[in-house]
Amino acid sequence: MSKATAAIVGPGNIGTDLLAKLQRSENVDVRWMIGVDPASDGLARARARGVQTSHEGVDFLLGLDELPDLVFEATSAYAHRANAPRFAEAGIQAIDLTPAAVGPFVCPPVNLDVNLAAPNVNMITCGGQATIPIVAAVSSVVPVEYAEIVASISSRSAGPGTRANIDEFTETTAHAIEVVGGAQRGKAIIILNPAEPPMIMRDTVFCSIPAECDRDAIAASIHEMVERVQEYVPGYTLRADPQFDDPRDIWNGHARVAVFLEVLGNGDYLPTYAGNLDIITAAAARVGDLMAQATVGANA
Amino acid sequence: MSVTTLDDVAEKPAIRITDSTLRDGSHAMAHRFTEDQVRSVVHALDAAGVEVIEVTHGDGLSGSSFNYGFSAVDDVKLVAAAVDEARQAKIAVLLLPGLGTVRNLKEAFDAGASVARVATHCTEADVSIQHFAAARDLGMETVGFLMLSHRASPAKLAEQARIMADAGAECVYVVDSAGALVLGDAQARVQAVIDEIGHQAQVGFHGHQNLSMGVANSVLAYQAGARQVDGALLALGAGAGNSPTEVLAATFERLGVPTGVDVQAALAAAEDVVKPIIPRLPHMDRSSIVQGYAGVYSSFLLHAERAGARYGVPPHEILQRVGEAGYVGGQEDMIIDIALQLAQERDLGDLAGVGTR
Repeated sequence: MSKATAAIVGPGNIGTDLLAKLQRSENVDVRWMIGVDPASDGLARARARGVQTSHEGVDFLLGLDELPDLVFEATSAYAHRANAPRFAEAGIQAIDLTPAAVGPFVCPPVNLDVNLAAPNVNMITCGGQATIPIVAAVSSVVPVEYAEIVASISSRSAGPGTRANIDEFTETTAHAIEVVGGAQRGKAIIILNPAEPPMIMRDTVFCSIPAECDRDAIAASIHEMVERVQEYVPGYTLRADPQFDDPRDIWNGHARVAVFLEVLGNGDYLPTYAGNLDIITAAAARVGDLMAQATVGANA
Repeated sequence: MSVTTLDDVAEKPAIRITDSTLRDGSHAMAHRFTEDQVRSVVHALDAAGVEVIEVTHGDGLSGSSFNYGFSAVDDVKLVAAAVDEARQAKIAVLLLPGLGTVRNLKEAFDAGASVARVATHCTEADVSIQHFAAARDLGMETVGFLMLSHRASPAKLAEQARIMADAGAECVYVVDSAGALVLGDAQARVQAVIDEIGHQAQVGFHGHQNLSMGVANSVLAYQAGARQVDGALLALGAGAGNSPTEVLAATFERLGVPTGVDVQAALAAAEDVVKPIIPRLPHMDRSSIVQGYAGVYSSFLLHAERAGARYGVPPHEILQRVGEAGYVGGQEDMIIDIALQLAQERDLGDLAGVGTR
């Protein structure tokens, strides 16, 4: 079966980890890694992995005789906002790992099916990829008036972009909890922990649920969703069974379910504790894989 | 140790006391302050001459949540009431990046808050840069908070204070969130921060009473050159509470250090205004002492008590393990996680096997 061709723009840590994951795909063939610095370590790493590289940016990519089917962008929101219209014009499907949010938010097990043909999709945030599946699992069973997530990551895995604009994380994730997770109101909290050895990514999801509801059905839905995420993030696990708390007045009379997650990275290029970075590259690779399947299937 | 001798005749430099009864005290109140309570406390503090009064959910703007506890009344509404009540005092708000945002700060500013206090874990100061920039753009006074300061060496703390000062903080606090700093540990940190940023910004100290050091550490901080300290009436704050504002005022007066606070009025505010509205006096009990001893964020106390009751495990054991795990401010969710682990170990009957882990 023929593979869809792809390029990765942005040869940093994320781009390199993504390349390692996509090179295992049966549906995606990464041909190009694109950067802007001839001395880039990331481009050298990509060459060592047998991928053609260029430091001449997106101009090089769009000047090729044969354009890729897919492009993964792991640069910055600023760069992607400039590049996105050019990819669209060239008919290249874009998977955006930056906070640009040009296209719809996508979380693979929740709403990729309806976005498979979108010209541009956005991968939300690391905390969003880790927690929104659980919010969706609960909101598929009962109405969720309010959902709140706490993402705890190792300080070492928080890059300068995240640190310079941490509000972007909280606001984007909160918004996606609503539009993708299906909660009426979303809230997101991120904590950087400097402990050594570095902490593995942890996520907690709190959802308000009706005072009277089928808790077993909610728990089953959560367990099933965890298995679906494990298909592309093997280190995604529940620390304990979902915890149900009875209704309280201060929760507007709602009950609550709390879900405690750990995200151990695959260690492809990034260290295993950086589950926050792993889950977003794994989700992007998953999106690419399924988009490629759809493309190749349609062309077959 | 001999203290720098100050000429008794000369006026000693003043220290400014910021009262946090209505912010750190929010933890002890499970974030249930009402507008009337805020008005009465602000009225009393303002009349006593306290220059800065902090009013926010215990975890700062937007802290109202499942993880930290829902506020009875929205922060912005309480800030507006405090501003309305104060005659001379400035109203301050706390913001923890990663939880509160610039948008929240603007709402508080619009409600009349004029001091922005931006808090990060003591090694993560760079997440505050955008918030200091926004606060300065709004024309607010700016204060940086380096939380759980016992976790960083004096040199590391100084380096982090430099980041905040360069970002626009007009004062950087050494914050002993766990009440774990004992005397010289506190003073050495304050001194290191002063050596680094003292020529461009003030330095402050925020103490907790878990090991009963809040006031003593505040005096040592002043002697090292700190010019701002935090207190709370009746110590109302997380853990065993804060340095009591009324004790700070009395102690600094005895030392001949001007605070601008009327001691009798502060005592009356504590006794007549705060005491009738609080469910319990903060005190050094087993759990809060363990917090100081194991270096655990003070606001974890009530959460550990609740999780302990919910899962039938001792709160002090939860807190001990939180300390060992190195959890930082904001990770209240991990308290439930640890309570679940302890309950599981108990159920497996293997606590003895695990030993003193």
